[in-house]
This record gives sequence, C-alpha cells and structure tokens, in this order.
Amino acid sequence: MSLFTATADRVRDLPKPAKIALWALFVLFLFVLPLLNLPIITTPDSDFGGVLFTVSTYVLVALGLNIVVGYAGLLDLGYVGFYAVGAYTVGVLGSGHGSLPWLLCVPIAVVAALISGLILGAPTLRVRGDYLAIVTLGFGEIVRLTLVNSAWLGGAAGITEVPRPPSISLFDVPRLDWSAGPPVVDLDNQTTFLKFGISDQIPYYWLALLVIIVVMFFDKLIKDSRVGRAWEATREDEDAAELMGVPTFRFKLLAFAMGAFIGGLSGALFAGKQGFISPDSFPLLLSILFVAAVVVGGQGNRWGAVIGGIVVAYFPERFREFQDWRVLVFGLALMALAIFRPQGLLPPRRTVRAKKADEKLEALEEGTAHV
Amino acid sequence: MSDIKTQPPAQAGTPTASRSRILEVDNVTLRFGGVVALNEVSFHINEGEILGLIGPNGAGKTTCFNVMTGVYQPTSGSVRFQGDALGRRKKFEITKLGIARTFQNIRLFGNMTALENVMVGADARHRTGVGSAMFRLPRHRQEEAEGRERAQELLDFMGLGNKADELARNLPYGDQRRLEIARALATGPKLLCLDEPAAGFNPAEKRTLMDLIRKIRDQGYTVLLIEHDMKLVMGVTDRIVVLEFGRKIAEGLPAEIQANPAVVAAYLGVDEEDAS
Repeated sequence: MSLFTATADRVRDLPKPAKIALWALFVLFLFVLPLLNLPIITTPDSDFGGVLFTVSTYVLVALGLNIVVGYAGLLDLGYVGFYAVGAYTVGVLGSGHGSLPWLLCVPIAVVAALISGLILGAPTLRVRGDYLAIVTLGFGEIVRLTLVNSAWLGGAAGITEVPRPPSISLFDVPRLDWSAGPPVVDLDNQTTFLKFGISDQIPYYWLALLVIIVVMFFDKLIKDSRVGRAWEATREDEDAAELMGVPTFRFKLLAFAMGAFIGGLSGALFAGKQGFISPDSFPLLLSILFVAAVVVGGQGNRWGAVIGGIVVAYFPERFREFQDWRVLVFGLALMALAIFRPQGLLPPRRTVRAKKADEKLEALEEGTAHV
Repeated sequence: MSDIKTQPPAQAGTPTASRSRILEVDNVTLRFGGVVALNEVSFHINEGEILGLIGPNGAGKTTCFNVMTGVYQPTSGSVRFQGDALGRRKKFEITKLGIARTFQNIRLFGNMTALENVMVGADARHRTGVGSAMFRLPRHRQEEAEGRERAQELLDFMGLGNKADELARNLPYGDQRRLEIARALATGPKLLCLDEPAAGFNPAEKRTLMDLIRKIRDQGYTVLLIEHDMKLVMGVTDRIVVLEFGRKIAEGLPAEIQANPAVVAAYLGVDEEDAS
C-alpha cells in the first residue's frame, strides 16, 4: 500500500492538466473494465459485469458508512437497514403498490432512507459508543423482521418485478476475447450501451460507477469544509468539540442522515438491477460486512472505503473455488490486518504522516541515546 | 509575535477605569449527591480585567469553570453573562455567547492538525452549512478563507505559526497548551477562561506565558485564570478570588490576598504539624 501512497504523492505533484488527463484515463479504464475481460482480474466462475456491479454497491455503501463511522466516529451496526429501506421503497412504489418508473422511485427512496436515518438518529445519537452500536444493531434487525412479517411489504416472499432503470439503446460496444491467447475483438458478444436488461449487467455497473463518482465528489467537498472538521472534532473529543462551539448532536445527526441517504441510494440501485427483493437480501451479516469494508479499508479515508468495498465484495467472487473456506480465510485476513495494519489498508493521509513523524522522533531519540 | 488583529471584542480595558461586570456568579451551589462541590459561591468578573481563581486541590476551581461553561447545571443560584442568565443553555450556545475555555488536562483534537484545531474554534462564528459547502457557494468560500487566515494569525500570535500542519498530538507539551489557548481565542470570546495554562511549565516558560496572557488582555479580552503558582498569580492578575472546599474564602487585590491570614492558612498551606 505504500506503493499506492507513493503513486498518489506523485500524482499530486503533477501539473493540473496532466492530473486531469490522468484522472480521465483512470475513469475511462474503470468504465471499459468489464469489456476488456482482462485475464486474472476477470472472475472465472461468475459474470464479470454482475460482479463489478455488486462490488460497486458495496463501495457505495462503504462510502456512506465511512461518513458515519470514519468521519463522525459513530459505530453503526445496522447500516443494512438503510440499504433495505432504499431497496424496498423502489420495490413498493414500482411494483408492490404502484407502478412508478425506477427513475422516479429513486429520489423517493433516498429521501425515505434519509428520513429513517433521522428517525433512528434523533433518539439514539444521545447515547455514545457501545450503546449506539447496540441500538443500531437492533435497528437493522427491526427493519428485516418488519419486512418478513408485513404482508403489505411482501412478507418473506418479497417483491418481484421491481422496475429497472430506463433503457436508451444507443449503440453496441464489442468486448475483447482472450481465449485464443492475444486478445481479439469479439463482435458476437456485444453490450448495448445503456440497455438495462436481464442478461447483460454491464450497464448497471456503468450506472453505479457514475453514482460512485458523483458521491465521491460531493464527499470530498463536504469533508474539506467546516462540516468535515466538525465531524472530526466530535469524533476526537465530543465534549471539547461542544465547548468549542460545535453543535455536536446536530452534526452527528447530519452524518447519520447523509450515510443513510447513500445507503438508500445503493439499495435502490441494487433493487433496480436485481428485479426481485426479499428480506433474505438484507441479513445482519451484510451490516457486519459493510463495517468490515470500512475498517479494512481505513476509517476516515474515502479511498480506503473504496478499497475496503472492493476487498470485501470482489475477492470472494474471484476465488469462488475456495467458497467453502471463504469465511475462514476472511476471518484470518481480518486478524492479520488487526495485528499488522490496525489503521486499515489505506488510512487517512494524516495518520500516515503522523506515523512518519512518530518514527522520525523515535529515530532521533535513539540517535541521541547512542551519543 | 504579531497582534491578534481581527475582532477585538471590546475596547482595551485599563485596569483602573470603572467597568461593567461581564460575568456574575450569583450564589451558586452545586451538589453531587451528598458532596457539595460549590457552596453558595458568588463573585464577578469586570470587563477587561484578569481575575485569578485560586485555591488548594479540590477546592472547586475547575468545577466553577464547568458551571460557567454549561458542563454542569448549578443546583441553585445562577450565572449571568453580560446581564443574561445562562439558564439551561447548551455548551455550544454559551461558547457562541462569548465564553471560551481551555482544559486542565489538555483536550485537543489529536488527529487533526494545529491549524484545523484552531479552525474548528473559528467555525463557531461561521454560519454556512452543508448545502453551501457542497456547492462551494461564495459565502462558504469567504468564511473558509477568513477562518483559515484568522487561525493562522492566532497560531502566529501564540508562537505556533510554523507548526500549523503538525498533528496536534505530535506537538510538544508546551505547544499543546498554547494551541488550546489559540483554539479558544478563535471562537471569538469576550471572556477567556484558562484552566492552569502554565501547569508543567518551567519558570521561564511560565513568565513568557504570563506576558502572553497580559497581551491577550491588552487586546481587549477579559481573562479568568486558574493557576497554582502563587507567585505567578500575584504577578499577573488584577484581582483574585480564593476558593476552599467549595466556598469562597477571600476576594480582593493580590496584595490583600497575600496578607489575608485565612488564605495563607488554606492555600499557602499550614504544615500539618503546625496546625495540630
């Protein structure tokens, strides 16, 4: 990962036009990634487009949860609840009890998730630390149990025929085929640009990727403002922050609402691609995985959240042949991480800098000791 | 060291002029169960003065700070700031009214840089929210620039100008104490409460700090100072209030306090052998 940091440093020092060009190339690469079918990266046992979409929803969720856990320091163990609220709002309005198009359902879904975040946050954000974790854990389960037991919401059977995003079939793009050694353009197997169908899942990935880019953009703007500072101050020392004029409760509620908003958005994307949702799609385990994604990636760094989402969602799909060992390997990896890199794979830059400063200090002290 | 150029809260006070009372502590009692932490304490702070609040360990000095800044609600009695009772105001609201404080045990935002710490304080005076931050509205840009500039000024004033980008927790102890003062000043207070700002300092550092505190007062701030070092308190304060076991036992000019037998017995300490 130090390679990653070094690369990031080098990119930062480039002149602005070069930086923009580099970013554009990177984004373009991400968009064509499922068409390239690169060996090694491409999942052998499952559709790569679908896997990339799943990874994207995890990344999006991790970005949202990073605001709550990473920036504001609130441990939320029921995040799947917001994800479910987003997905079910689309399901109910689009298929269960209405026939609104997907595009119209999404704004309602994110607002519903945001409101559920406020409803959960208003009473619970007055408690701290462990208590908050327990209460949110309960919230996730309450949402799931409500879904199972409410016939109006489809019960255990769930909701079918959830609307898909609107298709605009503009043109076909071919893929690369590597099966015969050097890559050849495979004209038999094409993806229609923005046709949200059943078999080809690449357009869903494109949509999710676009959403991620937008979310990351605004995430950066908010983090680099008084709002981000207020969150961090609250995380560092809530009482001191309050005494320095930060209305901590308001800012914690804001973090909760924004996290819920992004979680709901991810849920809405998921529902639109899946076409079918049931309570089984939102188990407690998912909440734990979401938190794991943020922690593994590095709390408080949006790129860390991205890496965390990829690690948690991609690797199990890539190494499906070890399916039976999946949880064991994951657990061992988490333990190794906790021992060797407790601040996550990609901690916030400042943490990296602080560590360097500490090391320098230690070296200095040792130096004087030898003299 | 440069001056704090912006926002002088009031005209610089001259020690002899008659001034209005900026803060009045009126008959404040605070009980924790059976323990009486403050017992009918009354005193006031004049605008533009440096008031020393002294007393032996456990006398209730920090508790008094906590009542004034909204951390505790008094069991009875009231605190008035510029004539208004603080009532049940929240901590951040009291800060915005104009009371800022530092902490006896340093409580900085360790994983934020020195500049960011001070900027959090400066944000207390800012009004833009998420919306304007998200779309970088002109007012947000302006406030952000002003906050950054003011924070840097305050760091310069406290002699931390070249450490703006250091993490607060990596700063040496003395710098952390000074950073706390800078952060408190950034909130734009009228009354600055310093809780043992010189604790752990050597005599030279203490002298520098006291000069700094005098300089802060000369900018027009009113200062309330808790301090253990008697010599120091005598040198810098205009008036002194003495607490012991939660009661006010004396109040007056430094010379009067020094001569007060009750204070000498309580604070300066009577050897147990002498007392018995």
